Amino acid sequence: MYGKRLRGLALTTAALLTLTLLAVFFWAPNDRTEGFLQKIFYVHVPMAIITLSGFIAGGVLAIQHLRTGESRWDLRSYVAIHISLVFGVGVLVTGSIWAKAAWGHWWVWSEPTLVSFLLVMLLYATYQPLRFAIEDPERQARAASVFAIVAGVFVPICFTIVRLSTAYVHPRTLDNISGNLPGRMQLVFWMAIGSVFLLWLLLWRYEMASKHTSAQLRRLRQLLSEDDEALPPLRRSAAPTVEHAGIAGR
Amino acid sequence: MSDSPPIRTVVGALLRKELRVELRTFESIPAMTLFSVTTYVLFHFGLQQNQVGGSLASGVLWVTLLFAAVLGINRLFVADAEQGGFDGFLLSPADRGALLLAKGAALFLYLTVVEVISVPAFALLLLEPSLGAAMPGLLAVLALVNLGVAAIGTLVGALAVRTRSRDLLGPLLSLPLLVPVVIGAALSTTPLFSAPARAMPLHWLVILALYDLVFAVIAFALFDYLLED
Amino acid sequence: MPELPFHTAGPYVAAAYIVFVALILLYVAIMAGKLSRIERELGELTELAAARRSGRDDVRSEEE
Repeated sequence: MYGKRLRGLALTTAALLTLTLLAVFFWAPNDRTEGFLQKIFYVHVPMAIITLSGFIAGGVLAIQHLRTGESRWDLRSYVAIHISLVFGVGVLVTGSIWAKAAWGHWWVWSEPTLVSFLLVMLLYATYQPLRFAIEDPERQARAASVFAIVAGVFVPICFTIVRLSTAYVHPRTLDNISGNLPGRMQLVFWMAIGSVFLLWLLLWRYEMASKHTSAQLRRLRQLLSEDDEALPPLRRSAAPTVEHAGIAGR
Repeated sequence: MSDSPPIRTVVGALLRKELRVELRTFESIPAMTLFSVTTYVLFHFGLQQNQVGGSLASGVLWVTLLFAAVLGINRLFVADAEQGGFDGFLLSPADRGALLLAKGAALFLYLTVVEVISVPAFALLLLEPSLGAAMPGLLAVLALVNLGVAAIGTLVGALAVRTRSRDLLGPLLSLPLLVPVVIGAALSTTPLFSAPARAMPLHWLVILALYDLVFAVIAFALFDYLLED
Repeated sequence: MPELPFHTAGPYVAAAYIVFVALILLYVAIMAGKLSRIERELGELTELAAARRSGRDDVRSEEE
């Protein structure tokens, strides 16, 4: 059952997130070179890291799906990629805001993180259309898992290659990776990563609980309906239906 | 299955079948070649340049070849899907991976044939420095690019072929995955196409080769799951 | 790179954090929609079960 520890997780996430925001604005010192603008770093970079980890996690969950054939792993993979896509949009938007403030353009090719992200998002944007285009649920799940694995491998490789290519064309500009951060800023950075990670996990469990509940409702309707009462046919869907997973999800 | 024929034999047989079908029907190669030449003409008008060199030349060449390759990827499994070739293969005791190797080899060969005509056409129509100066390096890059396209293209082709919108999904899936190939190819050939020609950065060849290797291995590992039904 | 003064950088930083919050709230809104649909379906199914039960009771009382 996915709803069980949801409340505790939500409260913890809210607490850590609030603490982090307070730390970002009232405790962390202003960056010497970038000034106040550097504060965007605390929301943009953790989201980026968690999004990419989420995509890779989607690939790992997909491996489990192909190995065991159980559709609940497919559901977990689907939700992981789904949540990461939402976060990824946030990364692109906040990155664009940062670029505009720092360089005057809404988009810069000189920032390898942004460019890699664009590429990764373009790839993952095809995940849902791919699923939607295959009607048979088992084949859909299998194709989606293959895609998730290939894409998950692509993520780190793409980042490396874009970073290498950018180094030759432009010098690195906006990124402040944690290695260069002095004490307080580094702590706040890790708090931010923790908060975004918990947020991702929270939304993941939230969506899993929702999908699971819908699936159970459907089963209940099936059990309750008379023989002659037709069950409304499932609309063609990009989401896994958990029909085959049985009731006990976890 | 202990009595299945050695994979080399199966791949050979499948590859011969692919080539025979292509020679008989001419589905992929002429279209890909013609498409690339037309695209060069388009670039001439789009860029309003009589000749290109350096990074512009790299860009035009690789992007054109990439789109031509995507056409080939789209066609790769269509005949099998529509005429039941998949089922026939699955019923045989052959190793599933043989189909991947055969299709990949076929795509590699198609691309090579297309490039034999298309690259000189590019040199004739648009390239400013002489092709000979770029030569041995360019061949190496072409080989590695074809390898990467073959690996990724076969996997994506198999993934997309049994969907409803396979013509759209094929390009959508393969293009982002092939961007690193374009990056490696472009960065390798830009110095070759400059006047005067400079030396090719070897590390990009290595990166390209590694990329090809990783995705070839992954394609081979995952291909089985796409054939099950 | 020159340091942007606070009043210039401020709006951008605010915008970035607002985007973050907006995404979360958007998600909440979507989930709210799903929750209301689940609630409605559960209501329909409860009625279905109740109708079935009263149907059974009627049959049983007829047989007696």
